[in-house]
Amino acid sequence: MNKSKIVQIRLHGRGGQGTVTAAELLAVAAFYQGKEVQAFPNFGVERRGAPVEAYARLSDQPIRIREQVYEPDFVIIQDPSLISPGSKVLQGINKDVVVIINSDEKVYPEIKTEKVFYIPATQIALDIIGKPFINTALIGAFGAISGLINEKALEQAIREKFVSKPDLIEVNVKAMKEAYSQLK
Amino acid sequence: MKKCLEGSNAIAHVVNSCKPGVVSAYPITPQTHIVEDLSKLNADGESGFEFVRAESEFAAASIVLGASATGVRSYTATSSQGLLLMTEVLFTIAGMRLPMVMTCANRAVSAPINIWNDQQDSMTVRDSGWIMLYAEDNQEAVDLHPVAFKVSEQLRLPVMINVDGFILTHTYQGLDIPTAKELAAFLPEYVPQKGQILDVKNPVSLGCFATPSDYMEIREDLYIDLKNSTKILKKELANYKKMFKRGSSELVEYYGDKKAKTVFVAMGSVVGTIKDAVDELNEEGKSVAVVKVKCFRPMPEAELLSKLTNAKNIAVVDKSISLGKEGILATEIKSICRQKNQKIQSFITGLGGRDITKKMIKGIYKKVLSKDNKIVFVKK
Repeated sequence: MNKSKIVQIRLHGRGGQGTVTAAELLAVAAFYQGKEVQAFPNFGVERRGAPVEAYARLSDQPIRIREQVYEPDFVIIQDPSLISPGSKVLQGINKDVVVIINSDEKVYPEIKTEKVFYIPATQIALDIIGKPFINTALIGAFGAISGLINEKALEQAIREKFVSKPDLIEVNVKAMKEAYSQLK
Repeated sequence: MKKCLEGSNAIAHVVNSCKPGVVSAYPITPQTHIVEDLSKLNADGESGFEFVRAESEFAAASIVLGASATGVRSYTATSSQGLLLMTEVLFTIAGMRLPMVMTCANRAVSAPINIWNDQQDSMTVRDSGWIMLYAEDNQEAVDLHPVAFKVSEQLRLPVMINVDGFILTHTYQGLDIPTAKELAAFLPEYVPQKGQILDVKNPVSLGCFATPSDYMEIREDLYIDLKNSTKILKKELANYKKMFKRGSSELVEYYGDKKAKTVFVAMGSVVGTIKDAVDELNEEGKSVAVVKVKCFRPMPEAELLSKLTNAKNIAVVDKSISLGKEGILATEIKSICRQKNQKIQSFITGLGGRDITKKMIKGIYKKVLSKDNKIVFVKK
C-alpha cells in the first residue's frame, strides 16, 4: 500500500532558465534529507525561450506513479510572462496550492490561491551571481516556504551539481541562502 | 550506498561496473545520455573498455558483433530509428550466438517523427532471437544489466534491456549502483568457450553459409535455447537477489488483489502507475490486479498462464501496435490464455509520449468490464 501523501511540485520556465535542473536540485536535496524522490522533465521541442515544464515528487514511501503532475501541491513559476488565462501554468491551481513566482511585482490575479509567494529571483541572481541564473534562489525560496527541505540539504545539492564549475558554487549557495532568508 | 541519479547516468555506471571490453554506439535521443556518460567515464580514465564511436547504428551494431566475436564483453545502446537501422545485424548477432548486452531507451518510430517514448522500436525486432527484458523502474533497470551480461555469456544469447525513454532514462531517483568490486562475486570475468570465437590459435569460421540441409536445424537450436533460457534467467535473478537483497527472480510479477477477476497486463514503467491505480481500486472494494511482464522474449508462457488463470477480464495495456492487427502484447496473451469465459481486450496507450495517467488506467478498468471487445486507443 502506498498511502502516504506524495508532495507534487510543478515547475514552469523557459528553455535556458534551467527548469529541469531546478527540479533535479530539489529532488537531490530532498534525497539528502532521507526522502524518496522523483524528478523528471517534460521535454518539448527544445529551444531557448520555449515554455518548459519539469516535475518533482517527494514522499516517505517509494514513488511508483509516472504520470505528469496535474494536481500540484506547489507550483514554481520561473518566468511570470508564462502566466495567462488558460495557460498550462494555471492547471490544477486551487486555493490549497502554494505558488512561488519569480517576480518583484505582486499582481497576478489569474492565480486563484491566496498562497502566492513572490521572490525577486532574477534580481538576487544578478546581484550575487552576476548572471540571471534564477534556479538556486527559487529552490531556496521553496525550501523556506514549504519547510520540506532545509538549507543544508539544498547547499549540498548545489555543491554537488556544480562540482565541475567551482567558480559557480559559492555564488549559487549564497543566492539560495539569500532567498531562503527573505522568505523564512 | 544510495545516490540520487538520472536513470541514464545510473545505467552508464552499472555498465562500467560490469567491465565491458568494448562499447560502441551512435547517439540518438533518448539513449544519448547513457553513451555520453560512458564516454565521459572513459575519457576520465575511470573505465577499462575501448569506446568506439561509430558513424551509424548499423556500424555500432557491427562493431560490437565483431568485438564479441573476438571474445570480449561487449555493450551498445540505442533507440527507435537507431534500433531499426541495426535490425539486420541484430538477427546476425543472435544467429551467430554472440553474447552481448544492449540497452534500448524505448522511443516511438517515424513517421511522423517523434522523439518521445513508446515501445514500438523494440517490439518490432522481437523475432530477432534476443532475450528481451523490460524494466519497471530505474533500480530494476540497473539490476538487470549485470544479470543480462551473466546470462548472455552463459547461454551465448544476446540480451536487450528495455527502459522507457525519458520516463526512466531522464528521471532522477535514489538508486543503489553496484560497484565493480561488489559485482565481482556475481559476474565472473567473461571466458569464451573453445571454438566460440575468432582465435588464431584455434581457427574457426563464424556465421558461415548454411545450405537447406543444415539451416533449419541451426534455427531450431536457437529456438530451443532461447525458449529454455527462462531457467537460467530465473536462476541468475535469484542469485542477484540473494547477493544484493533486492529485486525479484520472477519473469512475470503479480500485484494486487490475489483473487482478482479483472487483471491488467503491461510492461515497463507504466506498471508503476497501474500499481497505484490498482491500490485505489482495491480500496474501493474492486477486485483488480496487475501482471507485469518483465521478460517478453522468451515469452514465459507457463508463468503467465498460472497468473492469469483466475482472471475473467484481462486488459492488455500495450505501448506498441502491430498495424493491421492489435496491440502486440495483446496478441501474445490471447495465444496463451484460451479459456472460453475469459475476455482479453487490447488497449493502445502512450504512443509517441502521450502521458499515461492513473485516470486513463481507471477508464480502462471500466471499459474491460463492458461487453464490447474492440481494440481501444486510450487517448485521454
